[in-house]
Amino acid sequence: MTPRLRLVLGLLLAATVVGFLVNLTLGSVAIPLREVVRIVLHHESEQTAWLFIVEKIRIPKACTAVLVGWGLSVSGLQMQTLFRNPLAGPSELGITAGAGLGVAAVMLGSGSVTSLYAIRQLGLSGSWLIVGMASLGSALVLGLVLLIAGRLRDHVVLLLVGVMVGTITFSVISIWQYFSQPEQIQEYLLWTFGSLGGVLGSHLYVLSGVVLLGLVLAFASSKALNALLLGEAYARSMGLTVRRARTLIIASTSLLTGSITAFCGPIGFIGIAVPHLTRSLLGTSNHRILIPANGLIGSLLMLLCDSIAQLPGTQSILPINVVTSLLGAPVVIWMIVSRHKSVFV
Amino acid sequence: MSQPLLTTHDLRIGYAAKSVAGPLNLSLQPGQLVGLLGPNGAGKSTLMRTLSGLQAALSGEIHLNGQVLASLAPTDLARKLSLVLTERVEAGHLRVRELVALGRTPYTNWLGSLTAEDQRKVDWALELTGTVAFADRRLPQLSDGERQKVMLARALAQDTDLILLDEPTAHLDLPSRVELMRLLHELARQTGKAILLSTHELDLALQAADQLWLMGTNGSFAQGVPEDLVLNGAFERAFTATGFVFDRLTGTFQLYPSPTGPAVQLTGEAGPLFWTRRALWREGYRTEPGAALTVEVQSDRWLIDGAIAVTSIQALLEELSKRLKGR
Repeated sequence: MTPRLRLVLGLLLAATVVGFLVNLTLGSVAIPLREVVRIVLHHESEQTAWLFIVEKIRIPKACTAVLVGWGLSVSGLQMQTLFRNPLAGPSELGITAGAGLGVAAVMLGSGSVTSLYAIRQLGLSGSWLIVGMASLGSALVLGLVLLIAGRLRDHVVLLLVGVMVGTITFSVISIWQYFSQPEQIQEYLLWTFGSLGGVLGSHLYVLSGVVLLGLVLAFASSKALNALLLGEAYARSMGLTVRRARTLIIASTSLLTGSITAFCGPIGFIGIAVPHLTRSLLGTSNHRILIPANGLIGSLLMLLCDSIAQLPGTQSILPINVVTSLLGAPVVIWMIVSRHKSVFV
Repeated sequence: MSQPLLTTHDLRIGYAAKSVAGPLNLSLQPGQLVGLLGPNGAGKSTLMRTLSGLQAALSGEIHLNGQVLASLAPTDLARKLSLVLTERVEAGHLRVRELVALGRTPYTNWLGSLTAEDQRKVDWALELTGTVAFADRRLPQLSDGERQKVMLARALAQDTDLILLDEPTAHLDLPSRVELMRLLHELARQTGKAILLSTHELDLALQAADQLWLMGTNGSFAQGVPEDLVLNGAFERAFTATGFVFDRLTGTFQLYPSPTGPAVQLTGEAGPLFWTRRALWREGYRTEPGAALTVEVQSDRWLIDGAIAVTSIQALLEELSKRLKGR
C-alpha cells in the first residue's frame, strides 16, 4: 500500500466518522453536534428526550446506513468483477428483485399479513427466515443471470437480461399483490421506497451479523477477484478453481443484497455507482484495497443520502430510494457516456 | 537429447461430437521455442487449449515433467504451465507491476500477499522482458506490443517450466511482432524454459523457432526443425488444401502460383534476381531457361536480349511489354 492510499483511506475513515455524527444531529428535531458527541461518548444529555431519540432511533438508523453502504457497494464491486461489466450492480441485474421474491414467498407461505413491512412485527426467528429466503432469492436470480451471461459478450445486452429477469420477478410479486388488500399494497409500495429507519433492536443484530459474514466472504475472495480481472481463462491458468470462486462470490453477494433488501427495501444505484467512484478516486483495481475503500465510500454516501432525506429544516422525510436514485443515476449516465474511454473499471 | 518436458501419447483432441486431430505423439524439449503452425480450422487452438488443461482430451495422455497433466491439482498445474492468450486484457486501473505480480497467484497465501521472494521473481520477469521502464504505468497507457510483453512477464513471474502462447502476435504491428518473436527465442535460450506458441506468422516462425509443429486441415501432423519441414515438403502438404502454393526456394506462399504469359530467360546476380523474378511473375511472365527473350541482371542495371540496358525494374517491365507488342 502506498502512502497516498493510506492517506486516502485514513481521510475516508475520518469523513465517515464525521458523517455519522452529523447524521445523528439531523431529523425532525435538530440536536446540536456537541450534544450528540456527548451522548455517544458519555450516554448523557441535558435533555432526556434527546438521549432517547439519539440512542433508540438515530444511532440504529445511522448504523443501518453504514451497513447498507458497505454491503451494497461491496456486492456491486464483486458483481462488476465477476461479470467483467462496469454496469453490473445488485438492482441492475435483478438480484434485489430476487430478494424481494424471497421475502414475498415467506409472507405467502405463512399466510400472514402480506406486507414486507411485517418483518418488523415478526420475532427474531422470523427475521432469520426472511433473511435466509431473501438471500436464497438473490442467489437464484444471480445464478440464472450468470448462466445467461456465459452466452453473452456484450455489456449492455447482459444488463438488459438483468432488467428482464428483474421484471419477471417483480411481475410474480405483482400477481400476488393483485390478490391482496389495498392497505397491504400500500405497505408494499412503502417498502419499495426503501427505509433505513425500521431496523431496530434485535433486527439490527441480525442484519449486522449477516452483513459482516458477507463482507468476510468478500474479503476472502479478494485474491480470486484479482485473478478474475484478467478473465476466466487467465484465472484458471493461475490455479484458480473458477467454480469455487464463483460460489463464494455468489454466496457473499446474496447474503449482502438479500439481508439488506429484506430489511430496508430495494435501494438502487449504490451498488453500481460506488465501485466506479472508488476506482476513479483510488486509481487501483486491487480488491484488497478496493473492498474496504468501497465500504467506506459506500457508507459515507449512504449517510449523506440519509441526511438529505431528512430534509434538514423541515418536518418532512424523503424515501431513501428516491435520494440514492437522484444522486446515483447521473453517475451511471456519466459512466455510460465515458465508457468508450475506459471500458472496464 | 535431454529428457522432454512435455510428451503426448496417442492424444486425440476435439469436441464431444467431433475429433479434430490425432493421434498425436508430440514432445517438447526444455530450452526450445516451438512454433505451432497450420491453416485455420486445423485445430491449433484446440491443441493449445487441451495442452493447457482448459479442455479435456478425447483420448490419450499428456505428460508434463513425467506427471499426467489431467491428474494435477489446479495449483500444481499453474506452477508448471503458464499462458499468454490472444485476447486483449482490459484490467483498467491495474498497474503493470500489479498485473505481473498476479502471476504469483499460485504461490501466495489466501490473501494473495507477496513475499520478498515473490517480489524478486516479479522484478526478474520485468527485467527479462524489458518492461521495467513502464512498471508503474497502467494498462490503457500501453501499446498493444507493450501489453503482450507485460502478459509475457506475468507468465514468467508464474515461474513455470512451460509457457504456452496462443497467437500472441495477432493484434500487433510488424515491428512488435518481430520484437516479441526475438524476445521469445532469447528467453527460451536464457531460461531453459520450453515455449510453445501458435501463430500465423510463417516467416517469423521459420526464422525464430527451434522446432515447428505443423497441423494440416486433413488431420496431418509433422514435427521437426523448420528448414527440414520446408525441404521435405511437409509445409506444402500442410497447406495444400488452402489453394496456395508454398515456394520452397523462398519460404513464402505464391500469390501467383502459375504464370501463363510469355517466357523470359532470367539470369544474373542472386539478390536483384530474386526481386526481378517476383516482379515478372506478378506481371504474368514465366521464367524459363532457354526462352527467346532474355534478361540479364547485373549489379546496377538490367540487360534485355543482351542489347538494351535499363536501370530500374519499372523501366524493365515497360521495355518488355513494348517489345512484346512489337512482335
